[in-house]
Amino acid sequence: MTNAIPSDQIGFTLNHTSVSANSPPGERLSETLREQMGQRDVKIGCNAGDCGACTVLVDGDPVCACLTPTHRVAGRQVETLTGLVGYDDSAKALSESFLDQGAAQCGICTPGMIVSAVALLRATPDPDEEQVKDAIGGVLCRCTGYRKIIDAVLQAGTSKVTAGADGSGKVGSGKTGSGKVGSGIRHLDGPAKVRGTLAFGDDVAPPGTLVLKVIRSPFARAAFALGDLDLFVATTDGIKATLTAADVPGDNCFGAIPAFVDQPVFAEHETRFRGEAVAAVIGTPEAMRAFDPESFPVDWHQLASVAEVDAAMANDAPQLHTGRDGNEMCKGFVLCGNVDQALEQADIFVEGHFTTGFVEHGYIEPEAGYATFENGKVTVHACTQAPVMDRDALEAILGLHADQIRIVPTAVGGGFGSKLDISVQPFLALGAMKTGHPVRITYTRRETMQSTTKRHPAEMTVKIGAMKDGRLSGLRFDGVFNTGAYASWGPTVATRVPIHASGPYRIADYRAQARAIHTHNPPSGAFRGFGVPQAAIAQEALFDQLAAKLAMDPLEFRILNALDNHQPTVCGQVFEQGVGIRACLKALRPAWAEHNAKIAEFNAQTTGPLRRGVGIAAGWYGCGNTSLANPSTILAGLRVDGTIVLHQGAMDVGQGANTVIAQIFAQAFGVPVAQLTLLGPDTDITPDAGKTSASRQTFVTGNAARLTGEALRARILSMCNASPEATLEVGPGVVKVLDDGHSHQIDLNKLEPNAMGYVLHAEETYDPPTKPLDHNGQGVPYAQFGYAAHLCVVEVDTALGTVKPLHFSAAHDVGQAINPLLVEGQVQGGIAQGLGMALMEEYLPGRTENLHDYLMPTAGDMPRVETIIVEVPDAHGPYGAKGLGEHVLIPTAPAILNAIHNACGARITRLPATPARVHAAIKGLTI
Amino acid sequence: MGYYTPDTVPDALEVLRQGDATIIAGCTDYFPNQGDICAPTKLLDISRVAGLRAVSQTTDGWTIGAATTWSDVINADLPRAFDGLKMAAREVGSVQIQNAGTLVGNLCNASPAADGVPPLLTLGAELEVISLRGSRRVPLVDFITGVRQIDMARDEMVVAIHIPAPENAPRGYFLKLGARKYLVISIAMVSTLVALDAGGRITCARVAVGACSAVARRPGALEVALIGQTVDQLMGDPGIWTRHLAPLAPISDVRGSADYRQEIAGELCKRAVMGAIQ
Ligand SMILES: Cc1cc2nc3c(=O)[nH]c(=O)nc-3n(C[C@H](O)[C@H](O)[C@H](O)COP(=O)(O)OP(=O)(O)OC[C@H]3O[C@@H](n4cnc5c(N)ncnc54)[C@H](O)[C@@H]3O)c2cc1C
Ligand code: FES
Ligand code: FES
Repeated sequence: MTNAIPSDQIGFTLNHTSVSANSPPGERLSETLREQMGQRDVKIGCNAGDCGACTVLVDGDPVCACLTPTHRVAGRQVETLTGLVGYDDSAKALSESFLDQGAAQCGICTPGMIVSAVALLRATPDPDEEQVKDAIGGVLCRCTGYRKIIDAVLQAGTSKVTAGADGSGKVGSGKTGSGKVGSGIRHLDGPAKVRGTLAFGDDVAPPGTLVLKVIRSPFARAAFALGDLDLFVATTDGIKATLTAADVPGDNCFGAIPAFVDQPVFAEHETRFRGEAVAAVIGTPEAMRAFDPESFPVDWHQLASVAEVDAAMANDAPQLHTGRDGNEMCKGFVLCGNVDQALEQADIFVEGHFTTGFVEHGYIEPEAGYATFENGKVTVHACTQAPVMDRDALEAILGLHADQIRIVPTAVGGGFGSKLDISVQPFLALGAMKTGHPVRITYTRRETMQSTTKRHPAEMTVKIGAMKDGRLSGLRFDGVFNTGAYASWGPTVATRVPIHASGPYRIADYRAQARAIHTHNPPSGAFRGFGVPQAAIAQEALFDQLAAKLAMDPLEFRILNALDNHQPTVCGQVFEQGVGIRACLKALRPAWAEHNAKIAEFNAQTTGPLRRGVGIAAGWYGCGNTSLANPSTILAGLRVDGTIVLHQGAMDVGQGANTVIAQIFAQAFGVPVAQLTLLGPDTDITPDAGKTSASRQTFVTGNAARLTGEALRARILSMCNASPEATLEVGPGVVKVLDDGHSHQIDLNKLEPNAMGYVLHAEETYDPPTKPLDHNGQGVPYAQFGYAAHLCVVEVDTALGTVKPLHFSAAHDVGQAINPLLVEGQVQGGIAQGLGMALMEEYLPGRTENLHDYLMPTAGDMPRVETIIVEVPDAHGPYGAKGLGEHVLIPTAPAILNAIHNACGARITRLPATPARVHAAIKGLTI
Repeated sequence: MGYYTPDTVPDALEVLRQGDATIIAGCTDYFPNQGDICAPTKLLDISRVAGLRAVSQTTDGWTIGAATTWSDVINADLPRAFDGLKMAAREVGSVQIQNAGTLVGNLCNASPAADGVPPLLTLGAELEVISLRGSRRVPLVDFITGVRQIDMARDEMVVAIHIPAPENAPRGYFLKLGARKYLVISIAMVSTLVALDAGGRITCARVAVGACSAVARRPGALEVALIGQTVDQLMGDPGIWTRHLAPLAPISDVRGSADYRQEIAGELCKRAVMGAIQ
């Protein structure tokens, strides 16, 4: 046919340069750009048009490269971020404004965002907020909550200064500056994100690398028999090898918590959830592109499975693991005082049952990586939140020594807890070892949703009493958590929930139990808050009911009962300082008064079906591991040429560790942050800074950085007997110490460099002081807690059941904001996730395994957020700082649910509050 | 196997006659339906066929070519009867999807939640379906025969949507109910086309409800009941919106229950009619 475009010469213009591609019919432009043109700034989050990460301009119009056949662009102009930032003024302005506003957290959505915004600004140089939202509405961001992105586009559009961006070096105007603690400087690792050059998990493998694909169970539970794999390899073009349990040289078993290690790399005989791996296939990129997993020789036999906890606890239920009778994996328990008596004596009480579902982490970057095997050493480049845990797991799986394994994390396009668990790492390592060649893998969106961990669904029954004067009198919490097929971080959830289910309140009589029950579902694991957000939903909703029964103002009721210094927590832990919840709640008083008044006015005037309401909720979260050692170590050194090197092993998954840890170190050492050179994370060169979880990095690794900075400083000062107040100036070959008018010079050339090339270095470790919990959960679980209170205004369409959040005020006690710009970013991003959990997100295995059916908030769903930074310093925190990463989401969902009730009287007790559920609840009221 | 980009309709039809070709337009349904495998295929890309990417006025109405995207419709200068179609276009997916996806692709994909179907039903659209055997016109209401089923043979393709010139200068309207703002498939949607006489009485009322049955439907009884009504009369008869919706047969899915869809369909009809009037 004359009109066929020859597949080996598809000519088009890429970023103003003529190029020619060679692609089979139906290849997606995203694939061609990434693998043939090296254009790895075009990200792939879903391959289905649902995330917008792959947005490019074709003849100036933004389209999804993953939905564009490469042949389609023959003769056309294609533009991507890396090209645009070189020649397009809008793109240049956007890359600056994104840095100013802190609009790129993990950075995986940034190319799609900026490219979409370029198209907007070319057509509409001075857009308003609605136009900005329309333009970026097709690009999902899971980190930022969109507000900073919207502000960045507005800023780039007009050079008009937006809220907070007042050039004062405070929130919203990130500049470079000295970076001293408390200054809202830009992300230090931001430039690579806004230029599209940061390499994520799928961006490191050279083109042509062998590709690995995993064969997964199509059933929640199935027996299976593998066919003749040697024959399969021998007879299938381009297939190099297969992997199964038989190829695992060490233990075919891994897990997050040593006492509960139970998950196989490849299932043997039987699978326990839909999407569980049974084998892997490795082949050339060409062969694997067309490889259909259905063609793999395996016979499946579906078996009876249990999806819900009730069914799993039934007598005749299939048992998932021996030794875990009744499918109960573990229990957590906290008891203090006498709860039955207190509830008996209470003047009033309320009780309720609450249900939440699986929630998907929804990071835009699917798990991906690349591994090599050279000279007996495996090197894995993959996205992770816990490089040293990855290495430990591989040691056992591969049967190698630690020094034969190197983990070099790539940039991480969001983690939120799920990338604490290993995923692609063992497949890659085994594949590289078996074939002797480098191997790469990228999970499809469906794979990541099917096989990686989820937030635990919870069934919670709670009863709370109070006296007439408003004081709490007893709280009983019973939670059953669906922990899925394998332990993962389920034990942590079971432990954390009873410790936190009181909320940040003084409750003398308390009994809380959380049970983790296995089902044939993907493993439930760590997800921002480890079960605490679920517990807060129940407790904070009932607090509103208590306040209503007492005819008390819900905010004042909480202030009255707020935990204070010198009062024991439900674990009997007494803080002499640093308890900041009352300060957070009080900080909401002005917004509470203002919005209550506005809402009363709106509801009095409106005649249609719209009703507005305001709700509040509080939360707390213990930073670091529960009663367990969790040290972090930081190393820093000075080279002869005056370079100050910080070995920064704390994974930055978008939350900002690279910036915050550097700011703390620079402050302690006494130099501007811009002078630091950051190395790592990399298990061969950075000491263990622990995992990025439990809101511990700023607190724990931050302290290690502070101690290291102080130690290095002390060594230098002692070399010239200078006082602690002396100032340092580090230059090429010399350190100048200025002390009270005297100047000392340390000639670095005269010092002997060590093996790492450092003439001076320091390495310090910090481990938060905790004490074990007894059988009643009494002890010292955490060295510090962080505190939060959110206020939310919603509009409910009572005829349709839709809920539109209109405003949030979020008060967070962070002890000391190391970087207020980053604090705001965490708060807004956490609220967006809490909003999603409250209103739209529900993972249903087999039904919502893609981003088309699994809905997360878009730019149009997030209202403005007023962030109120409260600083009640903590004696243990670096410069008083407390953790924040998980606190940001705990009060959000209950605040929304309380606002819905305030608006229309409907109490939602099953999440998410979809329009259908809200509508049903409203109908229930009027019958 | 091959990628064909004919310049003319006859060339395109010749590719189809030879067999095994898949027609692709914006590919926004094609690729997601493919999944993650890129298997060798024979693709017929109609985006370069001359004249197919156009919205044009004819002697008796309007024609929307098969390669016309949602963005093209948004940008076209059209009478207010098309306001509902434009509102629907603005709510399809995202800018990225609107820039690539076509109206005809939306109809041919025949999803129960296709946002293009209700407004085009109210406009009385017909499809021009042709092959080397000849050409035929099929009313949209007959073209989509079920969930993902259309009246089209393997050697045929749709070249255009024809819309008769609207009489009495009616106004179109569209309302979509989804669980988030962008990138959302409708839980339910309603499109209307309404004209009033000088006395404020409804003289033309067309209503189409989507995602509440296998194929979007026009509840004829409701349309009849609306004729002659004024806004005030409608306000006085809230039951009118639900009385006539029994023929809908919604299903339950992840987006909402059947009961919910049935219950809110009336409210959406009311708002979409009132919206067209105001
Ligand atoms: C992220 C995302 C969001 C979406 N949101 C929405 C939404 O909000 N509302 C909505 O309704 N849809 C939505 N869709 C679906 C899709 O975008 C629309 O249905 C779109 O209009 C399809 O048009 P297309 O040109 O891309 O079709 P294609 O994918 O090119 O084709 C679709 C089908 O139609 C056939 N076809 C196309 N043209 C012809 C022709 N001329 N003759 C015969 N057969 C033809 C093809 O063979 C194919 O089977 C969304 C899709 C994505 C990926
Ligand atoms: S990768 Fe293209 S939209 Fe998600
Ligand atoms: S910054 Fe947007 S997804 Fe991470």
